[in-house]
Amino acid sequence: MKPKYLPLIATLVIFLLGYALCVAQYPNILSTRVIGNLLTDNAFLGIAAVGMTFVILSGGIDLSIGSVIAFTGVFLAVVLEHSSIHPLVAFAMVLAIATLFGAAMGAIIHYLEMPAFIVTLAGMFLARGMAFVLSIDSIPIKHPFYATLKGLYVKLPGGGRITLIGGLMLLVFAVGILLAHRTRFGTNVYALGGGTATARLMGVPVAATTVRIYALSGLLAGLSGIVFSLYTSAGYSLAAVGVELDAITAVVIGGTLLTGGSGFVAGTFVGTLIQGLIQTYITFDGSLSSWWTKILIGLLLFAFILLQKGIIYVSRHRRQPA
Amino acid sequence: MQTSDHILSAIRIEKAFPGTRALDKVDFHLRRGEVHALLGENGAGKSTLIKCLTGAYRRDGGAILLDGTEVDPRDTFEAQTLGIGTVYQEVNLLANLTVAENLFLGRQPRRFGMVDVGAMNRRARELLADYELDIDVTRDLASYSVAIQQVVAIARAVDLSGKVLILDEPTASLDAHEVAMLFRIVRRLKARGLGIVFVTHFLEQVYEISDRITVLRNGQLVGTRETANLDRRALIAMMIGRELAAEIHAPRAQTSEGPLRYRFRNYGRKGRVRPFDLDVRAGEVVGMAGLLGSGRTETAELLFGAHSADSGQAEIDGRAIDLSSPRAAIRHRFGFCPEDRKTSGIIGDLSVRENIVLALQARRGWTRPISRAEQNRLADHYIRALDIRTADREKPIKLLSGGNQQKAILARWLATEPEFLILDEPTRGIDVGAHAEIVKLIEALREKGLSLIVVSSEIEELVAYSTRVIVLRDRAHVAELDGNRLTAHEIVEAIAATNERRAS
Amino acid sequence: MTSFFRLYLNRLLPQLIALAVIVVAVSLVFPGFLNLEIQNGRLYGSLVDILNRGAPVVLLAIGMTVVIATKGIDLSVGAVMAICGATAAAAITSGHSLAGTLLITLAVGILCGLWNGVLVAVLDIQPIIATLVLMVAGRGIAQLITEGAILTFNDPGLIFIGSGSFAGLPMPVVIWLVFGVLIAMLVRRTALGMLIEAIGVNRQASTLSGVLTPVLLIAAYVLSGLCAAIAGIIAAADIRGADANNAGLWLELDAILAVVVGGTSLLGGRFSIAASVLGAIIIQAINTGILLSGFPPEFNLIIKAAIIVVILVLQSPRFRTAFAFLVPARGASKPSERAAK
Repeated sequence: MKPKYLPLIATLVIFLLGYALCVAQYPNILSTRVIGNLLTDNAFLGIAAVGMTFVILSGGIDLSIGSVIAFTGVFLAVVLEHSSIHPLVAFAMVLAIATLFGAAMGAIIHYLEMPAFIVTLAGMFLARGMAFVLSIDSIPIKHPFYATLKGLYVKLPGGGRITLIGGLMLLVFAVGILLAHRTRFGTNVYALGGGTATARLMGVPVAATTVRIYALSGLLAGLSGIVFSLYTSAGYSLAAVGVELDAITAVVIGGTLLTGGSGFVAGTFVGTLIQGLIQTYITFDGSLSSWWTKILIGLLLFAFILLQKGIIYVSRHRRQPA
Repeated sequence: MQTSDHILSAIRIEKAFPGTRALDKVDFHLRRGEVHALLGENGAGKSTLIKCLTGAYRRDGGAILLDGTEVDPRDTFEAQTLGIGTVYQEVNLLANLTVAENLFLGRQPRRFGMVDVGAMNRRARELLADYELDIDVTRDLASYSVAIQQVVAIARAVDLSGKVLILDEPTASLDAHEVAMLFRIVRRLKARGLGIVFVTHFLEQVYEISDRITVLRNGQLVGTRETANLDRRALIAMMIGRELAAEIHAPRAQTSEGPLRYRFRNYGRKGRVRPFDLDVRAGEVVGMAGLLGSGRTETAELLFGAHSADSGQAEIDGRAIDLSSPRAAIRHRFGFCPEDRKTSGIIGDLSVRENIVLALQARRGWTRPISRAEQNRLADHYIRALDIRTADREKPIKLLSGGNQQKAILARWLATEPEFLILDEPTRGIDVGAHAEIVKLIEALREKGLSLIVVSSEIEELVAYSTRVIVLRDRAHVAELDGNRLTAHEIVEAIAATNERRAS
Repeated sequence: MTSFFRLYLNRLLPQLIALAVIVVAVSLVFPGFLNLEIQNGRLYGSLVDILNRGAPVVLLAIGMTVVIATKGIDLSVGAVMAICGATAAAAITSGHSLAGTLLITLAVGILCGLWNGVLVAVLDIQPIIATLVLMVAGRGIAQLITEGAILTFNDPGLIFIGSGSFAGLPMPVVIWLVFGVLIAMLVRRTALGMLIEAIGVNRQASTLSGVLTPVLLIAAYVLSGLCAAIAGIIAAADIRGADANNAGLWLELDAILAVVVGGTSLLGGRFSIAASVLGAIIIQAINTGILLSGFPPEFNLIIKAAIIVVILVLQSPRFRTAFAFLVPARGASKPSERAAK
C-alpha cells in the first residue's frame, strides 16, 4: 500500500469504528434517516471544507470562510427582502462577489508576498464587517422559492431523505475530487504544496494558480453560505462564526497534511462526517455534554498531526541509504 | 566559425557578486554527442557558470549560443524549453507528486478537458522504458531512491529540452551500482547526439565517462583538455594550482609545539564519518584535506558536537569529556566556524555587535547579560583587530560582504577566548584581501597557543599554515602528512592515490 | 542613555503617531473624549476606559510578541483564557483562597504553554499546527470545567482584580502595566531578548553558537500561556463569572494583529513589547472611538481590515521594491532573480 493513503485509510477506519460503536449503543443510528440528516446538517461545512482542502493542499490557509458564509446569508436576506430579484439571480450575484473576494485575497497573497494567514485574517474581518453593515439583525427569508428548494429531496429506502443541500454537498465533493485529481489545475495545487520554488522551476503558473485557489475557496464559501441560508432560512451577520476552524479540522482529520502537498478531497468528506457523527452521538446520548465534541475533535487533530509526523519521519529514514 | 559542431557555446561569460568576481570572461564549448566534465574546487565558479547558462542567474557579460543562435534564457524553465535541461544533486522535482505527474507536469495529456491519467501513466512508462526503468509510475516520487529520482529528472529534462543536458553533481549520493546505471543512461543519451555537461568531484567518474574536461579556478578558465590526454596528477594540479604552491611554500616559522591537549580515540558517527584517532597539541594547526564529500566537514561537525559521536572517546589534558552538543563543546572552550556562513553562521537581521557577542552571551547564560558598554567594547575591539569593514557596529550583518561576515563570525568565537578552534572553509567565497588576512590570523592564533582544525579545499593554503595535514576520502581519515612530507605535491598524491584505489 | 532612549522612541514613533491621530480624530467628533475626572479616588474617562478594556489583548500581545519573535505563533491563547477563567471560577467557588486560586490558575496557564512549547520545540511541529490543537480542544476543556454553565462567583478579592482600582487606575490597567514593564525588563535587562531574536532569525546558527534553543522556545510559549492566564482571570473577574464559550473568543487574532500593528514581523526576529502594547491600545482606541463618535459599530471590523491591508502593503517586500524605483537606488534585485534563488 502506498504510504500516502495511510492517513486517508486511518480516517475511514476511525469513522467506521466510530459508527459501529454508535450503532452498538444506539441501533437507531444505523438508518438512512440518520445518514440523510448527517448529510443535510453538515452540508454547509462540507462544501466550505472542499475549498479549504484546496487551499491547505497548496500550503496556504483561508480564515475568511465563516465570515463569507455569514455575509452571503445576510446579503441574500437583504436582497430578497428589499427587492423583487429572483433568488437564483441573487445566488449568482453573491457567488460572483464571493469568488472575486477570494481572488483578490489570492492576488494579495501572491503579489504582495504576504502570509496567507494574515491576508485572510483581514478578509475575515472585512467580510464580517460587510455583513454587519448590511444588517445587524437576523433577517428571516420568507421567499416562496426557498420553500420550494427546501421541499426538494430524494427518498431513500428506510425513510431517510437526501435533501437538496445534502445532495449539493455530495456533488461538490464529486466535482472537487475530479478537480483535484483529474485536472492540470489540481496537479498544480499539489505542486505548490510540494514547494513553490520548485513548482515555479518546473513551469507551474504560480500566480494564476494561487489566485484560482483562493477564488475557488471564496466561491465554495459563497455556495456554503447559500446552503446555510437555505438550512436556516435566515441571514444573520453573527452566524457561522468559527466555521473556518471546523473546516480546517475536517481537512486535517481527513488526512490532509496541514503544511500542504499531500491529502485527498475524499478524506475531507470523511473528516466532515466524523465531526457530524460525534455531534449525532452526543445528541442521541442526551446526557453527554456538547463540550466533549470539541475535546474529542482536538484529540483527533492531535492524533492526526502525530500520525503525519510519524509517516514523514519513517519515510525519510527509510529512503536514506543504509 | 566553430559553431558547426558546438551545440552550446558560452563566450566570455562574466558574473560578479558584491565583493567577488565569480566568473571572469569564461569560455565554454560543448560539442554534440559528448560528455564534457566541468571541474573545479568549491568557489571555482562551476555552479555560477551553470546558473548563467540556465538563466537562474543573469550574466553580467558575454554571450550564449545554442545551436549557433544566440539565446538569453530568463529563467530555468525558459532555458528548458529552449533546449537546455538541468538536473541537480538535490532533485528539483516535486516529491509529493507521482512519477508520471512529475514527468508531465504542465503538459498532461487531456481528454474532454480532464487529465487522461491512463494515457499519462502509459506514456510515462514508455518514456522511462528508454531509461531501463520499470517502476510503478503512479507512486509518489518520494517513495523512490535518489538514484531513481535522478533518472526521472533526467527523463523529464531530456523529454522537454533534448539538446543539452547539464548534470550537476548527480552522483554525489549514489552508490556504485546506481552510478553504473546512471552512466549507461548518459552514454545512451550521448549516442543520441545530446551534449552533456557533467559536474562532479569524483575524478574516477570523470575518467570513466567524459570525453573532454574543462577546469575552472577562482572564477577563471584554466583550460579545456581531451580526457584521454590528461593524466590524473596534471588534472588535480589544474584544479588546485599546485604549480603555484611549490613556489609559495616557504619553510614555516618554526613551530614551538606545545603539549598534547586533545585526544580523540576511535571517534566517529555512523553514516557521517568513520571512527578516527586524532591528537591535537597546543599551538598547532591541523589541516583537513580531501575532495568534497570526503568527510572533512563531517569531521569538523563531529568534533564540535553539532552531531554527537556514536563511538569513541574525547579527552582534554587526559580527562575524558563529553562533546554531545555545541553547548558542551563551548563549555570546553571550543569554537566552530561552519562551512555555510549564511544558513549556519550569521544571524542575518542582527547587528554586527550582536553577532560578535552571541556565543559569549550564550555561554554566560541569559541571566548574566553582557553590559551594553562591554558589548560595544568587544565589538569595536574586534572590528578594529580583524579589520571588519562596516559602517558601524549596529549595521545588520547580512549587509556585509562575505569576507567581513566571516571575520565577524571568527570574532564571535575569539570573544569567547577559545582554546580549540574549528574552521570549516574559512576562506571560501571571500575576496583576496580578506583571504590573506584570515590566513594571517590563523597563524597568529597558533602562535598564541591555540589548537586549530582547519578544513580547506585550497591545498597551498593548508600547506602554508598547517603543522600537519590529515587527508580524507570516503568519510575516513586515510593519511597524515607532516614535516618534510607536508607539501602540496604529497597531499595531491595522497588524494589521487586514494582515488586510484577506489577506481579499481 | 539618552541616545538609547531616543532609539527607543524612534522605534515606537509610527505607533505613537497612529495613536495620536486616532485620539485627535475621535476627540474632534466627540469632544468629551479627552475628559478625565476623579470620583472616589478613581480616574474615569474614555481614555482610561480604553486602557481598561484593552487589558486582555494587551496581555495576550505581550506573550504573543515573544512567541512571534521566535518565528512562531500561538493560536491557542483565546482558548487558554477560557480555560484559565474557568479554572479560577471553579477554584474560588470550591472554597480555595484567593491566593490559592490565582496560583492554580497561573499554573494551568503555564501548563498549557508548556504543552504548546513541547510540541513546537521537542516534537518539531509547526507552531501554527501545534497550537491549533489547544485552540480547538481548549474551549471544550473550559466548558468541561464549568460544566457548560456560566460559573459565577462573588469573592470580593477576585472581583477586585476585574473592577477594583489602585492608585486611581483600574486594576486591569495596573496589572498589565506592571506585568508589561516586568516582562520588558526581564527581556531587555537580561540577554533573553537578544537570544530570542537570534533564534527567530536563524535557529540553526543560534544552536551552533551555543544558544539553548529548545528551552528558550518552550519558555516563549510558557510566557504566552501565563499571559493568557492573567488575561483570563481579568476577563472572568470583570464579569464575575467564567463564560467558557465567549471568554477570549477570537482574541488570539486581535493579539496577533496588535503585534503586527506594533511592527514586529511575523517572520520572527526583532521585536518590541512596548510597540505591541501600543498596537493593542490602538486597536482598542479604534473600537472605543467608533463607538463614541456615533459611527455604527458595524464599521469596526471593516476599519480593522483596512488597517491590516495598509500595514500589509507597507511591509510588503514588493511595495518596498516599488518604492526603491522612486528613490534613485541601484541594485534592487529583480523579482525573477529572487524567484530563481
